[in-house]
Amino acid sequence: MVRVRLENLVKRFGSVTAVDHVTLDIGDGEFVVLLGPSGCGKTTTLRLIAGLELPDEGRILFGDRDVTYLPPRERNISMVFQSYAVWPHMTVYENIAFPMKIRKTPEQEIREKVLWAARLLQIEDLLDRYPHQLSGGQRQRVAVARAIVVEPDVLLMDEPLSNLDALLRVIMRSELKKLQRRIRVTTIYVTHDQVEAMVMADRVAIMNKGRLQQVGTPQEVYDKPANVFVAGFIGSPRMNLFDASVAEAQGAVVLDAGGLQIRLPEAYAGLLEGHETVVVGIRPEDIHPLDRVPPGVEPYEVDGTVDFVEPLGSDTIVHVKTPGPVLLMKVPGSYPAEMGDRIRVALNLKKLHVFDKATGKAIF
Amino acid sequence: MSGRVESYREYKGEAVKRIAVYALAVIIVSWIAVPLALIFVSALAQPSDYYNVHKIFPTRFTLDNVYTFLVVLGAWKSTLNSVIVAALTILISFAVGLPAGYSLSRYVFKGKDAFKLAIIGLRMFPVIVLAIPLVVIYLRIGLADTLLGVALAHTAMTLPFVVLITSSLFAGIPVDYEEAAMVFGLSGWEAFLRITLPLALPGLSAAAIFVFIMSWNEVFIASILTLVNRTLPADILVSALNAPDPYKFAAGFIMVLPAMIFVFFARKYLVQVWGISIK
Amino acid sequence: MDPRKKALLLRRLTPYLLLIPTAVYMALFVGYPIAETVRLAFTDPDTGALGLFNFQTLAQDFHFWEALRYTFLLAGVVIPIQVLLALGVSILLMRRFRGSGAVLYTFLVPLTISDVAAALIWYNIFTGSGYLNRFLLNLGLISRPLHFFGYQYRDMEFLAIVTTEVWRATAIVFVIVFAGFQMIGKDYLEAADVFGATQWEKFRYIIFPMVKPSLQTALIIRTLFAMQVFAVVWILAGRDIPVLAGETYYWQVELKNPNVAAAYALIIAVISIALGFLYLKLFKPKYLEG
Repeated sequence: MVRVRLENLVKRFGSVTAVDHVTLDIGDGEFVVLLGPSGCGKTTTLRLIAGLELPDEGRILFGDRDVTYLPPRERNISMVFQSYAVWPHMTVYENIAFPMKIRKTPEQEIREKVLWAARLLQIEDLLDRYPHQLSGGQRQRVAVARAIVVEPDVLLMDEPLSNLDALLRVIMRSELKKLQRRIRVTTIYVTHDQVEAMVMADRVAIMNKGRLQQVGTPQEVYDKPANVFVAGFIGSPRMNLFDASVAEAQGAVVLDAGGLQIRLPEAYAGLLEGHETVVVGIRPEDIHPLDRVPPGVEPYEVDGTVDFVEPLGSDTIVHVKTPGPVLLMKVPGSYPAEMGDRIRVALNLKKLHVFDKATGKAIF
Repeated sequence: MSGRVESYREYKGEAVKRIAVYALAVIIVSWIAVPLALIFVSALAQPSDYYNVHKIFPTRFTLDNVYTFLVVLGAWKSTLNSVIVAALTILISFAVGLPAGYSLSRYVFKGKDAFKLAIIGLRMFPVIVLAIPLVVIYLRIGLADTLLGVALAHTAMTLPFVVLITSSLFAGIPVDYEEAAMVFGLSGWEAFLRITLPLALPGLSAAAIFVFIMSWNEVFIASILTLVNRTLPADILVSALNAPDPYKFAAGFIMVLPAMIFVFFARKYLVQVWGISIK
Repeated sequence: MDPRKKALLLRRLTPYLLLIPTAVYMALFVGYPIAETVRLAFTDPDTGALGLFNFQTLAQDFHFWEALRYTFLLAGVVIPIQVLLALGVSILLMRRFRGSGAVLYTFLVPLTISDVAAALIWYNIFTGSGYLNRFLLNLGLISRPLHFFGYQYRDMEFLAIVTTEVWRATAIVFVIVFAGFQMIGKDYLEAADVFGATQWEKFRYIIFPMVKPSLQTALIIRTLFAMQVFAVVWILAGRDIPVLAGETYYWQVELKNPNVAAAYALIIAVISIALGFLYLKLFKPKYLEG
């Protein structure tokens, strides 16, 4: 169990910079998720931490140890691969025992620990089987058991759930998190699925195009996205994002989105000094139909027509066409809206986000 | 091909097609198998029966022809030489070529395409052309008329095949297996030895069998490079052609038998391996 | 050396290090002999001077021109037959029927049979007391045996050689062509069926274009091998039917003249390379791209 520090990591492949000056501190026993779309550099970063790739610049520290150029076997790590990489010519028992066998652990201890890990992952009945006799989900558990059996300094997981069917994925999500809590190992987990990240992470590190976009707890990145990318990536359905210009009207600051105008209260006015074009963001769950506004909302009313309705059962997504952009509104339960209806909705100004258009950075 | 048949005519049409297909299949199999069977027959026939042209097929058989060919005419020596040369060829070509195959399968590096192209080009190069200068070169370095000399020349012939086939075999084994092994305590080399190699063994064995066959069958280079220490095909070319027919056929029999037996055991890999190699 | 440099260097060099044995071997056993061949071919065996002496000897020997002619003639007769056979058997095997596996494996057996053995196999059939003659004689279809061998029966010798080569080497073409057939996605054929194509139309518009690359690959490989044809001809016809490789052997082993032999070898090599380039120009094979 160890602190991990990534210092200015850079990794290039030809003319592509896959990891672009990534600096990250991971605490002892923390479960950090590297989240981002495919190609964002999260897997490459993980492989650098594992030692399967060597960085072009930067350092990696486990506690006080500089492990940057050490081969994987000297880093005291474990890894769960996306494909599980459970060796086909060994039994489940032999697979799990492997890391200990290499360290020349005595036979008796191997036996005990394999049984312990197998029980934790509920595969103690499968120890004599070969991988080809197992289902995907079972093989995945073998991979996890193998990873926890020697207590590594760092546990790495590369999209371990992405090859499982949806139901199994949900089950394993909580199981892996509970497991990590029990054995308290510093864990770095890579995924492109933001729901997975939100559910499992102590902290989330969001990456795009090789660069870290934001690091924070799931709630932090949800409530206070640092830039447009994070805002659009976290949250389902996606946050409504549209361009607007900053203007003055009747002594107040107004965000003008081509027909849709939002008057901002005084408090916000000062923050927008010097910005001319911005990106405005508001989550579908922060827009409410006028007849269903919950308490605590600072409403700003907007007129529109219903463009499309998506009844999901638990919620209803209403596409509202405003004079400016089309906004998605998420209403709990069912909502009787028909395409073409006129509707008046309230935007919760408390949850309004404004980003600078040029840099994408959050203003508030 | 199930489904309701609409009319009797269609039904008959299908039946005719079926018969035609099976007839063709029989013809094709006979075309290959009958000549093979015939040489077995001739090799094992009593010479008196064989020379009796009024019998279409000999009915009395003996192993005398084969025995005489091997022992009295001394062909066991050249047969043994062929085995030694083939074994050496396997050893050398795998020792040299397998690392290259691994490199091609796992790494991306500058010059990889050029190298691959060179290997494919060499595969198609007329290797027999090398036999002439090798005689001269071998004379200089003392390898003339040696089994090692022939094996080295045969390796030049089989090396491209070995590189390409091992490359394809290793590419079929996910690199994840090696990486996992490295994470859990092995070095790259150890991971290859303990994880990849065992998994590649069936394919490698099949490839080795084909290398054996290539060397066993090769005649031009062997004939030119050897005088006294001849391999079997070279021996046949030079001396067996002057022997009476039954011994010619015994020779053919011995040439064909091991190849067919070996390949029977590796038959699953035939198309895979050969298709890849010739490509 | 600091561990960073060492680790990085090892990573970068490893792929090349693994290639070195092969590269060195090919340079030694292919590159160097080729250079020697060139040297030998242009060296006068008596005086050691450099010149075209050997090629003059070649050009003045009628066997050379015969060898050139027969080598190409043989290829020109055998290869089309093999292509048609390979296509035919591939099409047949596309229908899955009971025993199609057995047909496939049987058809591939000749790949394992050496040209020496193949020659003996067909000698067994064609010779005076061979099975063809025995069959025909005993059934009264002929009164005297057919002669396939001997200088005065050269045309029959040619026929015997063609038969043997077709029997032996069709599998080489077939393996490549059949692999091409197998790569045709089932969907494409089913779509053709759905849209009402006849068998012939299916072959002409869908199957043939899709196997053309494999066919081209098979053609060039077979042609290159055909330039080296040796043992089948030597065993069945000796020098009655000269071929380039046969003459190479003759000059080297029987006339003990490595220089002229090298000249022959060089010519075979040059023809092969020229054919290779011609092929690249004409067909631009895609398989070379990785």
